[in-house]
Order: sequence, then C-alpha cells, then structure tokens
Amino acid sequence: MSEITSALIICFSAIFTGNILLTLFLGMCPFIAISREIKTAFGMGLAVIFVLTSTCIIDFLVYRYLLVPYDLEMLRFIVFIIVIAAFVQFVEMVLDRYSPTLYQALGIFLPLITVNCAILGASLFMVVRDYTLIQTVGWGFGAGLGWMLAIVSMAGLRSRLNAARVPKALQGPGITLIIAGIMALAFVGFTGVLAGR
Amino acid sequence: MTAILDTAEARDIIGRSLWRDNPIFRQVLGICSTLAVTNLVANTMVMCSALVFATAASSATIAALRNYTPRKIRMMVETMIIASYVILVDQLLKGYWPEMSRNLGPYVGLIITNCIIMGRAEAFANSNPVVPSFLDGLFSGLGYSFVLLTIAVIREPMGMGTLMGIPLPLFSNPELWDKWIIMVMPPGAFFTLAGVIWLYRSFGLMRGEKTA
Repeated sequence: MSEITSALIICFSAIFTGNILLTLFLGMCPFIAISREIKTAFGMGLAVIFVLTSTCIIDFLVYRYLLVPYDLEMLRFIVFIIVIAAFVQFVEMVLDRYSPTLYQALGIFLPLITVNCAILGASLFMVVRDYTLIQTVGWGFGAGLGWMLAIVSMAGLRSRLNAARVPKALQGPGITLIIAGIMALAFVGFTGVLAGR
Repeated sequence: MTAILDTAEARDIIGRSLWRDNPIFRQVLGICSTLAVTNLVANTMVMCSALVFATAASSATIAALRNYTPRKIRMMVETMIIASYVILVDQLLKGYWPEMSRNLGPYVGLIITNCIIMGRAEAFANSNPVVPSFLDGLFSGLGYSFVLLTIAVIREPMGMGTLMGIPLPLFSNPELWDKWIIMVMPPGAFFTLAGVIWLYRSFGLMRGEKTA
C-alpha cells in the first residue's frame, strides 16, 4: 500500500470511525460551550482545521528532527504547547495585518484554540501512532475536518432544541451530552467501512 | 496550618470545590482528557491521581510565584508550570508502571490542556496565598475525580461485568446480565455523564437552587 493511500485512509478514519471528538473525546469544552449557533461553530471549525493541520506538521518536524536526535522525547509536552501557542499568535498577527475580514471572522476563536485539547491531542496521537510526514498531513486534516463536522452538526441539532420540551435539570450541557452520545453511536456505525483493512 | 489558614476558610474551600461549585457539574469543564479513560476503574483512578497531583502542585507553585510573574506572560508561565508537573507524572508512570502508561497513552499529556487546572490557576491561585491555593487545587481535583470515578464505577460493571478487573457476582453472570458493550464504548461515556449531571441538577432544583 503506497503512503498516499494510507494517508487517505487515515484521513477518512479520522473523520468518521475515529472521530477526534466523538471517539477520542478531544476538544470537548468548546464543543459544549460554543455549539449553540451554526455560524459560530463553522468559524471555530475552520480555525481548528487550519491550526490543527499546520501544528501537526510543525510538531512532526520538530519531534523527528529536533527531539528524537537529542533524546529529548520527554520534553514533547512543553515543546508542542509552545509551538501551538506561538503558531496561533503568529497567525493572529498575520491575519490582523493582511486580511482584516478573515481576522474578524476567525479572530475571536484563535486565542481559544491554544487551550483546545484537540490541537495538542492530535499532535500527541501523531507521535504515539508513529505516522510518517504524509500520513501526518492526512491525520491532521482529517482530524480537524472531523471535529468541524461534529461541532457543526451539533449546532444544527441544538438549534432545533428550542422547540423541544427538555426536562429542566437536563437543559444545557446535559441534553448536549445525550445528543453527543447519539451522534457518537452513529459514528461508531462507520467502523464496518474500514473493517476489511 | 491554623496560623496561616483558619478552619472556616478551609471548610469553605473544601465544600465549594467538592460539591457546590464542582467544576464538572457546574460548568461541564475539563472532561476532555479524562472522560476517555473512564471505561475501566483502574485506569480512571491512576488518571485522577495524576490530575489531583498536577492541579494541587501547580496551584501551589503558581500561588508562590504570583508576585513575581509579569501579568502579560502570565498564561505562558502557568502553562509551563503545569506542563512540568505533567511531564513528571508521565515519566514516573513510564518508569514504574509502563503497562499503565501504555494504556493511558497520550491522555496523560493532555492533562496540560485540562481546563480545570488552568481554570483554578486563573480564578484562584494567582490571587491567593500558597496554602489556600494548594487546598483549592487539591479539592477541585478531588471533586472532579469523584465524578469521573462515579462514571467509571457505572460503566465498567455494566459493560464488562467487572470492577477493577474483578468479576462482580450479578454483572458477570451471562444468564442474569447481558453485557452492555455500548457502555465501554465512547457513546456510553456521554450517556453516563449526562445522567450524572441530570441527577446532580435535579438535587439542586429540589433544594430550590437556580440552574446555570
């Protein structure tokens, strides 16, 4: 199997069967906090796809060519966090300077992303699963897209909740978690697609 | 202890962190990294101990350094402090309990981005002395662990018929209990947590509190 094919399979499974949010529980906080409106969810999703894919690639290079040769793998937590924080800050500055419209659309989400565990989590999974560079690209993009898919569908479902009669104690996070559980069930259903692998 | 912290204040911190303002019940914060390992009680216990240690130690450290940290780079300093403690835990696990370290995988590292630690640092530790901050971190961590252990204690028996790997009389008998595999799969975690939050809020409503 060529590397490109395996990267595509990794990308597909990161979106569906191994969805970063619904099966790995990464990035739950924003998922519950800002999934009220489709538009906001979409903006956040786009920002996550971009930052996640880029930081995964940078982290891969830093890990493979800086940490491993010097036997410093144990420092990866700190290094990855610094890479993520620096990258987010950098993107913020570039956007602010060259594309004010995009900055207005994504600006508020960028600082939130530094503490989004999906970003750090994706890099850590990349290390544990021992991906190559091309596979890392597939993984990062797929994981980001899967996260966006989950948060946008959740926002769509939640906008329907206004008309529903939810028990008082279950309103808010409670019902969101139940919906997430049902969504996770649906995503688990995709497992069969890759079973032959 | 009493010289720097009177008992009333300590009692208040403990009660608030464990129950009244329990981070999971109140704000549903910080479930990311830890919910994933609640399908086995043993894994949950190790993960929670790591989290309690990291929260208490980093709260105390951040409080100790609070007057020397420039406000502009506060978040970065806090993250570095938290990351150092998490690396410590990760290395200890790798060295002395490699099997558990493999089971937990990247989730130990994800304690760094757990909102609870950062939340306590921002809300309490950077404006309070060391001892109350340590207590606040310790009991916030414990309050959080208590909810996650509850979830694990519900999930493992129902899904696998065991508790800490030991078969339970009712749940491991195939004639009496058909294993609910779904409980140890990801959807089970969402359903159980939703149920636990529902119960907690119902208690609150009965006592006439307002829901958030």
